[in-house]
Amino acid sequence: MTKNSIIGSNKTKSTVEKAAQAVFTTCAFFAVLAVVSITLYMLMNGTPALFKVGIGEILFGTSWMPTAKNPSYGIFYVILTSIIGTVMSILIGVPIGVLTAIFLAETASKKLAAFVKPAVELLAGIPSVIYGLLGLLILNPLMYKLEIMIFKNSETHQFSGGANMISAVLVLAVMILPTVINISESSLKSVPEQYKAASLALGASKIQTIFNVMLPAAKSGIISAIVLGVGRAIGEAMAISLVSGSAVNLPLPFNSVRFLTTAIVSEMGYASDLHKQVLFTIGLVLFAFIMIINVSLTRILKKGEKSDARK
Amino acid sequence: MPGNSICVKKIRVSDYILTALIYVCSIISILLLLGIVGYVFIKGIGQINWQFLTTVPSSIKGTFGIAGNIVNTLYVIVITLLIATPVGIGSAIYLNEYAKPGKLVRLIEFTTETLSGIPSIIFGLFGMVFFGGVLGLGYSILTGALTLTIMTLPLITRNTQEALKTVPEHYRSGALGMGATKWYMIRTILLPSSMTGIITGVILAIGRIVGESAALLFTSGSGFLLPKTGAGFFNKIFESGGTLTIQLYLCMSKAQYDEAFGIAVVLLIIVFGINMLTKYLASHFDVNKKNC
Repeated sequence: MTKNSIIGSNKTKSTVEKAAQAVFTTCAFFAVLAVVSITLYMLMNGTPALFKVGIGEILFGTSWMPTAKNPSYGIFYVILTSIIGTVMSILIGVPIGVLTAIFLAETASKKLAAFVKPAVELLAGIPSVIYGLLGLLILNPLMYKLEIMIFKNSETHQFSGGANMISAVLVLAVMILPTVINISESSLKSVPEQYKAASLALGASKIQTIFNVMLPAAKSGIISAIVLGVGRAIGEAMAISLVSGSAVNLPLPFNSVRFLTTAIVSEMGYASDLHKQVLFTIGLVLFAFIMIINVSLTRILKKGEKSDARK
Repeated sequence: MPGNSICVKKIRVSDYILTALIYVCSIISILLLLGIVGYVFIKGIGQINWQFLTTVPSSIKGTFGIAGNIVNTLYVIVITLLIATPVGIGSAIYLNEYAKPGKLVRLIEFTTETLSGIPSIIFGLFGMVFFGGVLGLGYSILTGALTLTIMTLPLITRNTQEALKTVPEHYRSGALGMGATKWYMIRTILLPSSMTGIITGVILAIGRIVGESAALLFTSGSGFLLPKTGAGFFNKIFESGGTLTIQLYLCMSKAQYDEAFGIAVVLLIIVFGINMLTKYLASHFDVNKKNC
């Protein structure tokens, strides 16, 4: 340390130096400490219920009656709802988002892009409760009308008042749009200019260039946009907690459903004992999903770097 | 036959379809985005008045106000940043200036990435159990702020790290070459020239705190009263206090939609302001770009 410093022999200065390094090192370990303790506490609080109720019964049970006299804690439908809801919102949100990113990066005039881009960035920062408020007041009444039309003569259908799976999926799709647009756009912009020029010079049309050259070249960026979108959709709680309804059901379009996140939000307030522990188990399941997503994201990013290096 | 073309231009149907798709999707997303902001403003702007902004809800007078929630939000922002900013900057300095690439750095970077990917509801659960339960802080502003500290840490770390990376290498070698010690070099050369990036990170963190709700619902509670003067001003951090987003959520679940839209407008204005500020900082104070 003192090799390249001519005043390194000064004792107080070297103490200060050492102290500074120690402080910075400690700071750096805060993130490690936080992740380790979050993992630990999620495991500590989430596993007891698994053994008390039985792993199979919790994870694959289909009946959720935590406050009944003979309570049953099956969260299979909740897990299923989260998975299907996320997949559906990705299927809706990603194509729209990627095509908008193409529009912003390639086809839009500079002026229009300069206006739209900040607007998209702004939307990424809008608090999720506001999306929930809009979903509740705009989507739910619409869905209710649709529900009445479709199930007018059905005797078995439980009316949800519009708070159903479709509403939640649509809210989630809108919420992941800014994320997908921003990241896809910047990865499209970072495709080397000569790829495009070469393709155009070979006689390909603009559209062919975009879909056959630009998109494959920006693949790793777009995939990470999708993975981040999945993370955002599966972890979102407040926006959909009122929009998705308040009963645990099979995730059919017009059923009122509970996601992993919304189950925690809406029941943690009054839950106690075993019920509370099961809610932590739900949190643990969510945490497991997120960790899988995170690890696959780092894998994708590393792969992208490697293939970039090979080029 | 145009002179500069040797063949007739081929018409590709798929080109037209895809172009149309691109335009349709962009129009959908642009309209959606504008529609959201417009709808909130139209519905909520009428709610904003002096009483709405400066009083607390009173069931005797039957009035509603968000002054308490604004103060709570400020409390949470200040406490969170007081802890998260030094730690985040310190962590970035370690990663960028001290650490040698290897397993340790990869571990720290991986955990920082992981932290930024964990959904806020998980932070909420952890904060409730650890800060609220194990440390015994209960439902209080301090619990909420500590929870958000973990959440905003990666944001500040990453922005500082990016800013440190843009400081030219010859600044460092110049300072060290003239005999400055490492800490002196960091303090007088690196930190001032990466100040813009650091401030941007802090402002983004403020944005995240203002918009956060799931992590606060079970940590900072839902109190809406103004702090008392004197010692009460400090003691407030041990009492429950709901931020603006929490109040918005509560209004929503109690079907007080007019009040909810009023709060939504206030939140949107704050988000607008934060966005403008980061843009302004990024474009006007980039020392390194101008001088190199």
